[in-house]
Amino acid sequence: MVKQEKASANRPDNTAFTQQRLPAWQPMLSAGIVIPGFVLIGLAFIGIGVALFVTSRGIQVLEIDYTGVEQNSPCFPCTDQNRKNCVCDVNFSIDTLFQGPVFFYYGLSNYFQNYRKYGVSKDDYQLSGDLSYFKAPSSTCSPYEYDKNNKPIVPCGSVANSMFNDTFKLFQIVNGAKKQVSLDGKGIAWWTDYNIKYRNPSVTPLKNAFNGTVKPLFWSKPAYELDLSDPANNGFINQDFLVWMRRAALPNFRKLYRRITDGDYAQGLPAGNYTLEVSYNYPVLSFGGRKKVVFSNVSWMGGKNEFLGIAYLVIGSMCVFMSIVMLIVYAKFKFPEED
Amino acid sequence: VLLLIFYFSTEEERHLRANDRPFNLSYHYANNAIKTSKYNIFTFLPLNLFEQFRRLANAYFLFLFILQLIPQISSLSWFTTAVPLILVLSITAVKDASDDINRHKSDKQVNNQTEKWMNVQVGDIIKLENNQFVTADLLLLSSSEPLNLVYVETAELDGETNLKVKQALTVTGDMGDNIDELAGFTVQGTLTVNGQTYALDNDKVLLRGCTLRNTEWCFGLVIFGGPDTKLMQNSGKTTFKRTSIDHLMNVLVLCIFGFLASMCTVMAISNAIWEVREGSVFTAFLPREPGVDAALSSFLSFWSYVIVLNTVVPISLYVSVEIIRLGNSFYIDWDRKMYYPKNDTPAQARTTTLNEELGQIKYIFSDKTGTLTQNIMTFNRCSINGKGYGEKLCLYKNYNNTDKVDFLWNHLADPKFIFHDHSLVETVRAGNPEAQAFFRLLALCHTVMPEEKKEGELNYQAQSPDEGALVTAARNFGFVFRSRTPETITVVEMGKQVTYELLAVLDFNNVRKRMSVIGERNPEGKLTLYCKGADTIIYERLHPSCNKLMKVTTDHLNEYAGDGLRTLVLAYKDLDEDYMDDWKKRHHEASTAMDGREERLDELYEEIEKDLQLLGATAVEDKLQDGVPQTIEQLAKADIKIWVLTGDKQETAENIGYSCNMLREEMKDVFIVAANTAEGVKEELQRKMCPEAPEEASVIKARAGLFWCQKTETVQDEKVDGDYGLVINGHSLAFALEKDLQLELLRTACMCQTVICCRVTPLQKAQVVQLVKRYKQAVTLAIGDGANDVSMIKAAHIGVGISGQEGMQAVLSSDFSFAQFRYLQRLLLVHGRWSYLRMCKFLRYFFYKNFTFTFVHFWYAFFCGFSAQTVYDEWFITLYNLVYTALPVLGMSLFDQDVNDRWSFQYPQLYSPGQLNLYFNKKAFVRCMMHSCYSSLILFFIPWAAMYDTVRDDGKDIADYQSFALLAQTCLLVVVNIQLCLDTHYWTAVNQFFVWGSLAAYFAITFTMYSNGMFLIFTSAFPFIGTARNSLNQPNVWLTIFLTSLLCTLPVVAFRFILIQHKVRKEALPAPAPRRLPTRRISTRRSGYAFSHSQGYGDLVTSRRFLLKKPLKSRLALFTQTDSPLAENQPQHYRTIAEEPEEAQSP
Repeated sequence: MVKQEKASANRPDNTAFTQQRLPAWQPMLSAGIVIPGFVLIGLAFIGIGVALFVTSRGIQVLEIDYTGVEQNSPCFPCTDQNRKNCVCDVNFSIDTLFQGPVFFYYGLSNYFQNYRKYGVSKDDYQLSGDLSYFKAPSSTCSPYEYDKNNKPIVPCGSVANSMFNDTFKLFQIVNGAKKQVSLDGKGIAWWTDYNIKYRNPSVTPLKNAFNGTVKPLFWSKPAYELDLSDPANNGFINQDFLVWMRRAALPNFRKLYRRITDGDYAQGLPAGNYTLEVSYNYPVLSFGGRKKVVFSNVSWMGGKNEFLGIAYLVIGSMCVFMSIVMLIVYAKFKFPEED
Repeated sequence: VLLLIFYFSTEEERHLRANDRPFNLSYHYANNAIKTSKYNIFTFLPLNLFEQFRRLANAYFLFLFILQLIPQISSLSWFTTAVPLILVLSITAVKDASDDINRHKSDKQVNNQTEKWMNVQVGDIIKLENNQFVTADLLLLSSSEPLNLVYVETAELDGETNLKVKQALTVTGDMGDNIDELAGFTVQGTLTVNGQTYALDNDKVLLRGCTLRNTEWCFGLVIFGGPDTKLMQNSGKTTFKRTSIDHLMNVLVLCIFGFLASMCTVMAISNAIWEVREGSVFTAFLPREPGVDAALSSFLSFWSYVIVLNTVVPISLYVSVEIIRLGNSFYIDWDRKMYYPKNDTPAQARTTTLNEELGQIKYIFSDKTGTLTQNIMTFNRCSINGKGYGEKLCLYKNYNNTDKVDFLWNHLADPKFIFHDHSLVETVRAGNPEAQAFFRLLALCHTVMPEEKKEGELNYQAQSPDEGALVTAARNFGFVFRSRTPETITVVEMGKQVTYELLAVLDFNNVRKRMSVIGERNPEGKLTLYCKGADTIIYERLHPSCNKLMKVTTDHLNEYAGDGLRTLVLAYKDLDEDYMDDWKKRHHEASTAMDGREERLDELYEEIEKDLQLLGATAVEDKLQDGVPQTIEQLAKADIKIWVLTGDKQETAENIGYSCNMLREEMKDVFIVAANTAEGVKEELQRKMCPEAPEEASVIKARAGLFWCQKTETVQDEKVDGDYGLVINGHSLAFALEKDLQLELLRTACMCQTVICCRVTPLQKAQVVQLVKRYKQAVTLAIGDGANDVSMIKAAHIGVGISGQEGMQAVLSSDFSFAQFRYLQRLLLVHGRWSYLRMCKFLRYFFYKNFTFTFVHFWYAFFCGFSAQTVYDEWFITLYNLVYTALPVLGMSLFDQDVNDRWSFQYPQLYSPGQLNLYFNKKAFVRCMMHSCYSSLILFFIPWAAMYDTVRDDGKDIADYQSFALLAQTCLLVVVNIQLCLDTHYWTAVNQFFVWGSLAAYFAITFTMYSNGMFLIFTSAFPFIGTARNSLNQPNVWLTIFLTSLLCTLPVVAFRFILIQHKVRKEALPAPAPRRLPTRRISTRRSGYAFSHSQGYGDLVTSRRFLLKKPLKSRLALFTQTDSPLAENQPQHYRTIAEEPEEAQSP
């Protein structure tokens, strides 16, 4: 026995792997699977599509462009570059109850937050509260790294520098009088941004951390004065700042400004006339941009987006259609016409 | 003291002094150590890196890496290129290192062989013993044999298994084994002993690689060592083989470079436009860096996009291809169905880079001896006095079932002889005079030399294996040829010793095609002429009284020839003593005549060889390797053309052609080209098979290869109206391979089903292969076992060596090796087909996944100001090819099979897509790109539309860049995985594991990298913190992923489904053709006198010269090999002496 083994010492092992006989499943694209599969997928898609479409239809959206391009528009006077602290009132009315909670967005178009050099122009270490980067910001922030006097800019970089600085106040006109709608500016940024990614340096008062630095050139007030009323919303963890820093994927975008969640308007905005008081600071006309405000409520599928519902409906129908085509093809080749 | 100088045409002169090391060392000749390794420990890193960066792809990635270090254009972090590049380099380095370690090992093994070969120095005198390998190129000095002859086997060098005779100079030979005396001279191109010079020639040189045979010992002076030996000089020129897919891949990669450049140009121009129209006004928020205007920005963005879009040239492509080939090579090594248990030889993939080419073979060039045949002749059947004996040969029958004839009654019988017909033994033992005469003739009429080392242990050395088979047959049937002297032959006839006086040997030559012996039986004094020869020749010389018997025998001969056996007809004639005396006298006169000796002898032979009495006929089988006809049939069904290139003579080759079903009787015609002039060859080649064919072969000229600078000419296949065979001999081939005739040859040969080239030299073999390679643009395979096949093995795209035999030269230069020809069908139809399929699937998928990946960046550019912003996270870009998609595609390309091996055998026509290059070609590549284009459009625009202005279900942002990146990359990964699933036909557990594991790994790694912890540790490296948590819990994100995946997949499924329906209809697989039983040949083309190529050495046998010194002394057997692994296979052994010993040279 031993000798025999020795004689065939080079005999390859007889395993399923070496002999390429591993047990395997060999699916085939047979008519019995493909055609019913298409029908089922088609039906499922139509189902999902209907659900999405109906949901999306149920979402209310109100968009108001306040850029002031046209001469008769309320904010046209503010487009003059030389006017400081310009405020304009934009009036609008709501016909039916705007179901709450209502979300208040500002939107920009033709604004390239996704431009590569713009996107990298920030300093993650600085923004996470690392004081050493306050003195020497990362070179990626260039040209908003140091000011003319060679003082470091904090927060540095294009993204922070270009922070949106229009502010809004919303009033309902009740019997000719303005009734302010309370806007909630908390909880509009991602939890992770607010708690992990952005942190203020652990220096109290916060102002001291910024000694020897200058505010971004476009800012009217330094970072530690963004919200003096609430230390948890000040500095780098200011929610408006966080929302802006989460740069948009596409050149047309909207960002959450406030939520209307409490007080009289917790159930939504009742029908009526409203005035939006815009303090107009942000210049967009130079690059052909547009500014708008958007009121919207949400559903389980998020904000209003009719594309998804329609796409599901269209593709579902196409699947069903394709299954019929395939059935015909199959029948034609399976049972060829007798000549 | 003498001096030796060798003048070699290539080299300056060599001086050396025998056994005088200090003198010889002063010339710094190469010593006998051999070095094939490339690196040592210190040179490995720099040399290997240098080698690797010489590859275009690696150099390109190095260049990319450098680009990424320039901050102005670096659109990606340095690690996206560095990590893959380092990984790829290290994998290759590990492989190279292990290869080199193996080379070191084999060098060491060769150098340390028994006598420490590496210690041998030029100028040393060494002693060789029987069956030893010659260690270096030696000048033969002396030998144990008479006349200073040594016998060497040169199988390792030229594949010829017959023994060659080398002879030492008498002056050194006389010194015998006296070392002191031998050492006392020096050599100088001429050899000088004691002031006298002697000419030296090749005859006195033993080359490294030969084996000493039948010679007790010999002394030789080392004249060339190690790398200078002829063997090493000739084997050094191994060309690096590349597969056609490799070439295609190079072309494609080049196309991709062009494509990349054009994409980047589009991006650069668009960027310039954008900068002018949008960017210049956007400076409020993104001021330009000083000095950067639109033009410079556009220039920089070109390079930035080179970096972003670099993934169209996949870095891991080459490494993955190597891994897949390696894996598929291992399957060949591991295949038990290609393992030959008899000599414990598994198949071996010696080159691991040619696998997929095995699935594309169009032409096979095969050697005959040792490859198709076993080089063993067996006495198979005979016809004695009109009665046939022996089993009918059946190719598909297992011989073990029938009981063998027992030869125990004959103590001199060869135990390895096998015969299956009992009646013949009974007939002989019963004393049937014809049967006895038959075997007596076989025992007498030959030129075999007997060797009786021990009482009863006979060994025959025959000039040709046929002769040996016949004499052995006679021996077993009771007519034992025992010994020979120049005048006598001693035969033990049925146990009784009889001595025959050998009066004359009328030897064989190519014209006579017969051989006769005139013997006088002692003590009766009965004179008989025994004659054997080709049937046509003998029949002309028979006595009219044999007519009836002749007819019966002819039937038998036809039957034998139909079975592909080699036949001989035996006849005898009793001679009158007076006539014999007279004839002998005239014979003596003729043989001593000064002029016209040959003619006069021929006349005399002619005179005495007439009125013969027919005895019968023998049929000897040139034993085919197992399963050869079936294999050839299978390969033919797979539309592979087989050409036999053999050094054998025409008759033998033709015979084999018939017996392995390559030539068939139902063929319309078998052309034989045997002309001896260029005109003659041309004329014979131009015999048109189809009259309407044009005069000139149609040649299509095209350009191919890198930069299209390679001109190709292709000879088109022409339609033929039937099956033809072509047999061409070496002489004609030499003319046909000339420039003006080669196309004609190729054209004619390709019209034939079967091509047999006989009597070809090794060089011609290579030329034929190259001819087909050049003008058919087809993939060729050469298979052979001997060193004479090395040239064609190296010339063909794929060389296969038959291993497990003595000579290793063919195996050493081959790409694949196995022990039996029949394994070729498994190698091609199963392994080759699978490898090709897998490689093509791999390439199609690989290009698809990389293009899809890359094109998304392209579409995104239109939305981000052409700023070279990537769509995905940088880590995803780094890991996409290396981790997320590496294993599933490897799993597919290592395990996939469309049909299993049994089906591959059953339907050999499944092989043809490979030959036609259908699965991966430029068209398929363009299809891949279109498909990628579609997928990438879906992959970008569906998420784009779905995310446009949308928010999370809590109103927060989700259309931000990071969420979009995550969505796009998740969609991409799901889509490419589903595509892989669609491409996989064979789902093993491993495939499942790889696919699901990769997806799981993606999510696991993504969540880890986007986790708080990673951000806190490496703040700037993982800016995507929280993205996964925030967006992957949104239903609309998943609905988008679902939609995207199905939208990418469903059209593919529908398209494939319709395609399958269409195909199934169009080309319904035909039922496997019933196996064609070998049809009997009603042959007019009977095998001839199957003796050796050259004239026999009957002359030598009777001349006394050969036996002069030590006639049949009992010394070491001439040829003992019972311990060889072949012994099991070989019933008989013969010594073949083809060369006549040269006249002893007098100084």
